[in-house]
Amino acid sequence: MTVSPDLIRPAPEGSAADLPPAEEALVHTPGPLPGASRPKSLVRVAVPPVVLGGALLGFWYVISYVILEPSRRFLLQPPHRVVQIGFLEWDNYSRILKALWNSTQVALIGLGIAITIGFFLATMMSQAKMIERAVFPFAVTLQAIPILAIVPMIGFWFGYGTTARVIVCIIISLFPIIMNTLFGLQSAERGMHDLFTLHQANRLTRLRKLMFPAALPAVFAGLRISAGLAVIGAIVGDFFFGQGEAGIGQLLRRYASQLDGEELLTSVIMSSALGVVTFWTFGWIQKLVIGKWHETEVLG
Amino acid sequence: MVAAATGNLHTLFDMKGETDLVTTVTTTGALSFDGIGMTFPDGTEALRNITFSIDKGEFITVVGPSGCGKSTLLRIASGLLDPTAGSVEVDRERLGYVFQDATLLPWRTVRQNIELLAELHGFDSAERTRLSTAAIELVGLTGFENHYPKSLSGGMKMRTSLARTLTLKPPVFLFDEPFGAVDEMTREHLNEETQRLFQSEGFAGLFITHSISEAVFMSTKVYVMSARPGRIIAGFDVPFSYPRQPELRFNPDFAQLSGEVSLALRGSSS
Repeated sequence: MTVSPDLIRPAPEGSAADLPPAEEALVHTPGPLPGASRPKSLVRVAVPPVVLGGALLGFWYVISYVILEPSRRFLLQPPHRVVQIGFLEWDNYSRILKALWNSTQVALIGLGIAITIGFFLATMMSQAKMIERAVFPFAVTLQAIPILAIVPMIGFWFGYGTTARVIVCIIISLFPIIMNTLFGLQSAERGMHDLFTLHQANRLTRLRKLMFPAALPAVFAGLRISAGLAVIGAIVGDFFFGQGEAGIGQLLRRYASQLDGEELLTSVIMSSALGVVTFWTFGWIQKLVIGKWHETEVLG
Repeated sequence: MVAAATGNLHTLFDMKGETDLVTTVTTTGALSFDGIGMTFPDGTEALRNITFSIDKGEFITVVGPSGCGKSTLLRIASGLLDPTAGSVEVDRERLGYVFQDATLLPWRTVRQNIELLAELHGFDSAERTRLSTAAIELVGLTGFENHYPKSLSGGMKMRTSLARTLTLKPPVFLFDEPFGAVDEMTREHLNEETQRLFQSEGFAGLFITHSISEAVFMSTKVYVMSARPGRIIAGFDVPFSYPRQPELRFNPDFAQLSGEVSLALRGSSS
């Protein structure tokens, strides 16, 4: 897995999110004014995904009605059936939402703990080369662990409840936080360090006023990756662990075994939506915190 | 004042202007180098036997070919680097150092960047505001206080960097080729402002560059450094009075002096 902030792709040109706020209007603005190309860009941005989405829906109908015989249609119910049964029957939908909320909580707790551990470790590593050398190989190993292989072990060590689910989230989301934070802390230029050295800044001042702020863009890149991974961790953990409140993983498993295609697809769609919302939320926080000064445009 | 510690150093100096370059060794300079030598661990000898001092009211520019160790001299002066021979005398408490890059913190506005040093030195908020406001006026950045560095041109970034250093009212100002990255026009403007600041603030200046016209325009003295290992091989007094006007650059005396420095510089790299 790549942890470089380069992983964050630039925002689609002209999306509403990447227009600079008015107070940032540049003194030496190159190119056309941001507002001028907006309507055209919106069309350019909105049309392609809508067209592709429509094509995919059409393809879905073709499979459900043309390729599958009526007796085998349960394998892929058509979109409107999924909407009717999964989304519009409140009993079904509320059960899915409840499970999704449980998994979200697990993911957030796991992510919170991973952030705390990750920040702490990365800060320590940035302060002493010895610590960096000691921790680094284990951080990489943690990343290399095939999560599915150790999920059962986590189950019989920590029980099959919330603790085990949270631990899966931590293991899966820790690495990008450590590596990106460390990379960020080490990204302050030498000249800036010289400046702080010249003016007798102590270690804490240097961390607070130079290294932490300099690390923020990379930290956010790591957070967005880790947040998505934490959601996956919560679902995977839940899929295997039956005790405690059921999350979306449990539901996915049950619907699959009962061949409830509509509910299954609804759960899958809602899980993906959770991932997207998480990614978007962290992008929004990033824009809020560093958007004013950081060069890179942020995905909305 | 030229501290000619090596016996024959002064004979290398080209006499120019009415001031006699050969004077007695002075230890009262705001900044004195005494026999500085620098050999890096990999065996590269960057500097050899550098001896001179700068007094209050002096602005000395060292010109030299690329890689001759000019910047190393400034790092040694500031204490960022310890020389392998010789010693430096300078008050490092409020040393001004303008880097090659503006080294602005991108998450801070112009004003916040300018207040950084005062912050590191523990000034309270009211004092910081007073100092930064004065410095912002001095370098002509009024109106740009709340801009972030990403929206500034190269020249304005450099002004911010200058203003940041000015807040400490340093008695000694070190410039490490600060205007190398800006365009010619901006550079000339910044040269004019630097010599104006030198006049109004009365610091002792040590400026590193490889631009001869920049050196002659601003300085009271120009020293020429040889290719590695860097040694001072020539020195020129610049007789023009301050404040110097932009038209000085078209003055025949200016051209002649620049030519002489250029000749010495050409000799240095052979």
